[in-house]
Amino acid sequence: MKLTGAKIFVESLKKQGIEVMFGYPGGVVLPIFDALYDSDIKFILTRHEQGAAHAADGYARATGKVGVCLATSGPGATNLLTGLATANMDSVPVVAFTGQVKTTLIGNDAFQEVDVIGLTRPISKHNYLVKDVKNLATVIKNAFHIASTGRPGVVVVDLPVDIQIQETDFHYPEKADIRGYKPTCKGHIGQIKKAVKLIAGSKKPVLYIGGGVIISGASEKLREFVEKTEIPVTMTLMGLGAFPGTHELSLGMLGMHGTAYANHAIQDSDLVIAVGARFDDRVTGKIDEFAPHAKIIHIDIDPCAISKNVKVDIPIVGDANCIMADMLKYVKRPEIAKWHKQIASWKKKFPLTYKKDSKLRPQYVVEEIYNLTKGKAIVTTEVGQNQMWAAQFYRCDVPRQFISSGGLGTMGYGLPAAIGAQIGCPKKTVFDIAGDGSIQMNIQELTTAVSNKLPVKVAILNNGCLGMVRQWQELFYKKRYSHTCLECSPDFVKLAEAYGAVGIRITKKQDVKKAIKHALKIEGPVLMDFKVEPEENVFPMVPAGQPINKMIGVLA
Amino acid sequence: MRKTISVLVENHFGVLTHVAGLFSARGFNIDSLAVGETEDPTISRMTIVAEGDEKTLEQVKKQLNRLIDIIKVIDLTGEDFVDRELVLVKVKIGNKNRSEILQISDTFQAKIDDVKKEMVVIEVTGDQNKIKSFIEIMKPFGITEIVRTGRIAMGRK
Repeated sequence: MKLTGAKIFVESLKKQGIEVMFGYPGGVVLPIFDALYDSDIKFILTRHEQGAAHAADGYARATGKVGVCLATSGPGATNLLTGLATANMDSVPVVAFTGQVKTTLIGNDAFQEVDVIGLTRPISKHNYLVKDVKNLATVIKNAFHIASTGRPGVVVVDLPVDIQIQETDFHYPEKADIRGYKPTCKGHIGQIKKAVKLIAGSKKPVLYIGGGVIISGASEKLREFVEKTEIPVTMTLMGLGAFPGTHELSLGMLGMHGTAYANHAIQDSDLVIAVGARFDDRVTGKIDEFAPHAKIIHIDIDPCAISKNVKVDIPIVGDANCIMADMLKYVKRPEIAKWHKQIASWKKKFPLTYKKDSKLRPQYVVEEIYNLTKGKAIVTTEVGQNQMWAAQFYRCDVPRQFISSGGLGTMGYGLPAAIGAQIGCPKKTVFDIAGDGSIQMNIQELTTAVSNKLPVKVAILNNGCLGMVRQWQELFYKKRYSHTCLECSPDFVKLAEAYGAVGIRITKKQDVKKAIKHALKIEGPVLMDFKVEPEENVFPMVPAGQPINKMIGVLA
Repeated sequence: MRKTISVLVENHFGVLTHVAGLFSARGFNIDSLAVGETEDPTISRMTIVAEGDEKTLEQVKKQLNRLIDIIKVIDLTGEDFVDRELVLVKVKIGNKNRSEILQISDTFQAKIDDVKKEMVVIEVTGDQNKIKSFIEIMKPFGITEIVRTGRIAMGRK
């Protein structure tokens, strides 16, 4: 039986097991939207295409499934870009479909035409322009395969409107077979044995865990590994939740706003075991002085990540879950009792804390959200101080619990990502920890939450400024607060109400618990406006260009 | 250092931009690039000559491997390989030097493709050294235009 391209699109998604997609209609995707009208695929209409991309991303991070978004050509496609770059930087599997003008008009500056393939090349894992309807099903199969395997990422499929209308026989391939794409899964056993030997002889080893552990589902293996070896664990922003934050061997996050004890441990260590992490500059600080006494074992699925930033002694390319399983077979516990003592003394001497007085401090808000959700909520964040406080004080214990734009650092990410996460995990409490600056970048998605009756809770840590940039200006630009004070912001409570959500304003420390409890009882979306201390800083902090043990603001 | 990389790619549109974009995003200049179909019409071969430090070129090779449309990356640098380039050189010519130019061309086994009263178009094929010395020798006569194909290379193994 012959089907139109639009029908093939819908049928292929069904075959792929896609239950939900996020998007926004437009002229050249009319045939697809017409086909969606009779389909069972849940379509979430966001209020901006960027919101659709972030929601698909949040859905993917929360569930481990592929996120799907759809937008029209031209401005629809360009609006997706920030969201796609965000997902791709953090290795999130997203397949984005964009409409395109008729194949005969491509290159003619037609209405709402833009070169999607050219625009998305540097921000995607791969992209396709479908020029023949006969290829459509195979392209879709390949797109999902590429997005979800190896180091996951974004695949863009550009669909000209005439392709959506043309008919052909529908056959969905069983398997994707791409000769140029064969990701390595199993680690080299010789390398693994070398690594295990190095571990057994180490005196001061540290596990440095990134998002790759969560993506590959290696958390359980990691835990077994840690329980067997008793090697302390530090995590990147993307790795939070890969290992329980409340475990006694957890050192929390490392890097620019990491814990003092994690940073000291790395700098003093004789062996760094990096798993699914990429030695990002926010983690390493001054690269030449990163872990100066340590040998480095690097486990990563992407060969490009190996020796990109630091020289690695033992690289192991492959899937973290596979490799951890193999390592477990051979690994022996190193003699590190002295090292544990050293770490315990750092933990005691430099705890992660803040000034506990009667003032309403943002860290306190995060701590109370943590307490009242029993540490079990899915937490999304915006970007800046709110993100760092969330990372520091919401101690995630399980993978896919902490959802944040790490690589790209995209303001406006948290609310649409929370929407995506809530749709993927309807039974969980989802909190967006936000700032008064970044929440305004995609505030329109409150409508999406209201219309879909999503009980997303937004906690705005409202300090009346673009806090992180203001912090840098305070510390490094002589307090010259150039354009970082938001003198004029909307009344967030009224704004929430205008959108049909519930708004709560909290100005005193003693009201925080009551407000959060109240918000948790409300079935719909709630926007909480916490008027926090305006000049609170995120500490500890490693100033740019310094090694990570040269921290400022460590409270002893 | 200078690297010669031979890359087998899917023979369809957009692949070249992917490859070129990868180089440009890392601030790399491609010295020469030659693309053509292979014995299998669905596969093209790109011969890329690029200059850069060892570490960055290593990254580029890995990044090339990561591209979906790239089937195989072969680094010919340091390997035993045959390389050729074809160059068309337009040289000013007069009665005084005519025979000298023709004689040199003959020594280089170059072909005269076009002769006019005041200029000649010479076609020369060879490896890098040969092409370089031919151009050097012709320079004093007055070269008005050079067109080169870019290097193609084949491993001997």
